[in-house]
Amino acid sequence: MEWLNTILQGVLLGGLYAMFAAGLSLIFGVMRLVNIAHGDLIVLAAYVALVTVQALGVNPLVSLIIVVPVMALIGYVMQRGLLNRTLGDDLLPPLLVTFGLSVIIQNGLLEIFSADSVKLNAGTVEIASLPVGGGLAVGVLPLIQFALAVAVIAGLQWLFYRTALGRAFRATSDDQSVAQLMGLNNAHVFGLAMALSLAIVAIAGVLLAVRSNFDPAIGPARLIFGFEAVIIGGLGSMWGTLAGGIILGVAQAIGAKIDPGWNLLAGHIAFLLVLAIRPQGLFPKVQG
Amino acid sequence: MPDRLLEVRALDAHYGDFQALFGATMGVNEGEVVAVIGANGAGKSTLLKSIAGAMRSRRDAIRFAGEPIGDCPAHEVVARGIALVPEGRRLFPSLTVEENLMIGGQLGRPGPWNLRRVYELFPVLAERRHQIAPSLSGGQQQMVAIARALMSNPKLLLCDEISLGLAPIVIRDIYARIPAIVAEGLSLVIVEQDIVQALKTAKHVYCLQEGRVALEGEAGSLTREKISAAYFGV
Repeated sequence: MEWLNTILQGVLLGGLYAMFAAGLSLIFGVMRLVNIAHGDLIVLAAYVALVTVQALGVNPLVSLIIVVPVMALIGYVMQRGLLNRTLGDDLLPPLLVTFGLSVIIQNGLLEIFSADSVKLNAGTVEIASLPVGGGLAVGVLPLIQFALAVAVIAGLQWLFYRTALGRAFRATSDDQSVAQLMGLNNAHVFGLAMALSLAIVAIAGVLLAVRSNFDPAIGPARLIFGFEAVIIGGLGSMWGTLAGGIILGVAQAIGAKIDPGWNLLAGHIAFLLVLAIRPQGLFPKVQG
Repeated sequence: MPDRLLEVRALDAHYGDFQALFGATMGVNEGEVVAVIGANGAGKSTLLKSIAGAMRSRRDAIRFAGEPIGDCPAHEVVARGIALVPEGRRLFPSLTVEENLMIGGQLGRPGPWNLRRVYELFPVLAERRHQIAPSLSGGQQQMVAIARALMSNPKLLLCDEISLGLAPIVIRDIYARIPAIVAEGLSLVIVEQDIVQALKTAKHVYCLQEGRVALEGEAGSLTREKISAAYFGV
């Protein structure tokens, strides 16, 4: 029963990792850009939430109403003003520029907010739990997080396959130059993709900030978790990304259960195993 | 002379240090079918790419409906009413037939073409609408490429080697639909290696040779000797 509990907690944590991963996978899928600053943008979103909560005195979950559009706007401007200029046949320039962004965001946050770790307080919902039978109980907050993650993934899936914007994303991903010949303005499409990615980052950032302490330096580790979830799940599949996040979360939970020091190690080992046995990921995009 | 629909004047085009077009000049009148012929590497595709905005040129080198468009990006050129059927079809491989068509129509330019009309033009596509593009035969894919371009309701349709890699019977089938397209008031520029097909379809013919217009004239007025001289440069 204790093991069941461990797995359950791992699954719920996996939802958060899937959200770290979804934005990363979206950007790579649409424009072949590996966003090294992704983790730091998650932390930035957490700090935007912190400022919002302090200024307005609202619950962190309510602050999403402000944090999501703010991050989306930052994403659009960052893409149009900076990252679009780095895109081309060479994958290296965007990699280097987002690496630079990562350094800038970390140090900017350090300058403004200091290195002290902080946390957002979501009130009583943090300690509420639901009994699920057999003496097990799940926290309401992790459950909300997981539900949000599933909703985000389902929403992305719907957007990709049922809307004009999603069609434009997929067409641009297939063939950028022909997409342009069909009247799609790639610069704008990429801007929208980054805006969407950072909207998801905003949700992930707020959930992270409610779940645990954060400080300006924790971004890169979130990036790694996101990467691992994407690779485990297989590039280009949204539900695969969710599965990847869950596998990573469960592996970490089991590792921590065996020995508290093995928490991260177990996640990395699961990642390496998948990479060794199925390098294309567990649920790769089906190519026509 | 009244303003022509498309006017290309002294157009140069380069790929890096290589110059592909040298002062190319051509024009298309409203409702006219124009063919551009020439050997491999003569600059036919480059000419179409320049018109479609996939390659930038001097601003006044290309005028469409009286306005200079030489330096417009491709997505603005489409919005003005020029659509390209690219060489090799270039469908979006992960999209279904219908999704490919809807990408073509996403600008919402008003005009006669919509999903229903292009399915009437190419009935076989209606049966395959939910299949992904690569699962179709070459001829059907070419139909999708033409229909996708039509979906943007262009005034001028540029067709780059629509017979490439297709069986003669399929080529005839596709060319048989051209009159129905022209009947909707479109003008066409057809780039072809198949000279017979080009002369049969077009009213006016330009022959390119090593980036220059070597010959032009009414399709009926050109003799085989003149064409082969312009084609091969002998």
